[in-house]
Amino acid sequence: MHEAPSSQELLSSVIGFLHDVAAPQLSGQAGFHARVAANALALIGRDMALRPEAEARERSLYAQLLQADDRDLPALRQQLCGAIQRGDFDLDDPALLAALRAVTEAQLAIDQPGYSGLTP
Amino acid sequence: MNALLAPLSRLIKARLDPGAEISDLSRLSGGASQETWSFVIQSEGCEPRKLVLRRAPFARDGGSEAIGLALEAEIMAAAGRAKTPVAPIVYVCQPEDGLGEAFIMAHVPGQTIARKILRDEQFADARTKLARQCGAAMARIHAIDLDSLPKGLPLSHGLDQLDRYEAIYRSFGMDRPVFELGFAWLRRHAPAPRPTTLVHGDFRNGNLMVNAEGLAAVLDWELAHLGDPREDLAWICVNSWRFGERSRHVGGFGDLTDLLAGYAQAGGPQITADELVWFQALGSLKWGVMCLIMYQAYVTGADRSIERAMIGRRASEAEIDLLNLIEGRPHA
Repeated sequence: MHEAPSSQELLSSVIGFLHDVAAPQLSGQAGFHARVAANALALIGRDMALRPEAEARERSLYAQLLQADDRDLPALRQQLCGAIQRGDFDLDDPALLAALRAVTEAQLAIDQPGYSGLTP
Repeated sequence: MNALLAPLSRLIKARLDPGAEISDLSRLSGGASQETWSFVIQSEGCEPRKLVLRRAPFARDGGSEAIGLALEAEIMAAAGRAKTPVAPIVYVCQPEDGLGEAFIMAHVPGQTIARKILRDEQFADARTKLARQCGAAMARIHAIDLDSLPKGLPLSHGLDQLDRYEAIYRSFGMDRPVFELGFAWLRRHAPAPRPTTLVHGDFRNGNLMVNAEGLAAVLDWELAHLGDPREDLAWICVNSWRFGERSRHVGGFGDLTDLLAGYAQAGGPQITADELVWFQALGSLKWGVMCLIMYQAYVTGADRSIERAMIGRRASEAEIDLLNLIEGRPHA
């Protein structure tokens, strides 16, 4: 399979078009939405690049917390939610907080890498 | 021609000034349920007068927390009498005016866009005063005698808001462990209630009209309710409303000590920074669920805009803010 241009190259060329060409020529809501569209494509690019590794990490962190063998991430996530809700975890359990922070930071690296809440 | 022009023009002539002509009618903002328009009226020999129309063209849906525009206008008038900076109410529309639920207020000049208020040189002086002024404005809102207020305001303290937002979150069937932690942590640490006051309910950047001298008007009273005064003090501290200026705890422009000093100086009760942590965490969790609510409008097809879809990916900002608060991190 050829990959020239790659998906990431195509994405960045469309983002450039939306930001630099389309948005300045559109007025009002349409111009605003063109910029949001460019931001959405940039997010898609980060999602494609970062999600596989981030999900693998999330899976192993949750499996460790729950001492579970289940390798299915949605099932693990659901179990963890249930466990927190039932009170199985101490709410200031350092391992729980560290895992949730690591997963949230990885999520923000995709969703909003410049978000101020990430700075220590 | 704008379809609003004819009924608005009839209303102005019938209710305010028979000789007035309308010009410069333009939409300021508005979501699906509310619209805000600005316009100018002028009659011969008089100075032009800039006014703002706020209207909800369609009946409110039952799930909305908004109080309705007639009640909103009454609350704004009460806040104005209590020396809170608000836009003076000029006229509350009647059904026969044909504009739906609506009221007209005076235009207050200034800026509401947070990024400009936080960064532009012209607001440098205002930024040094805003936190105190916000504290003072809140103290005046919270001091209003509840018996003097119109009937029909919802009563909503922190814990029932937690219940309501948890039910909404559960209805979406999404598994978000940080939100689970947030709900559990907030239940575990629920504070003793304070005496019930009027609460603005959405006191934050975007709803503050700011000029070179600071706070010119508190806008958007549609979420006003009876509740815990700490809700207002904490909501403006939620990191999402600091627009990147995280070390300035209050709206990205000021310090918490100034907000609380302004509050106490204007007669508000002594409230400590520690007391606000719980309400700020509630605020972040509510904002996170609100992002999911807005995203649901995309999922259901009610609003297919990119903006509605994208806001779902802002729920994670509330998650990091919640973790920062729960762990007691600096500048949380």
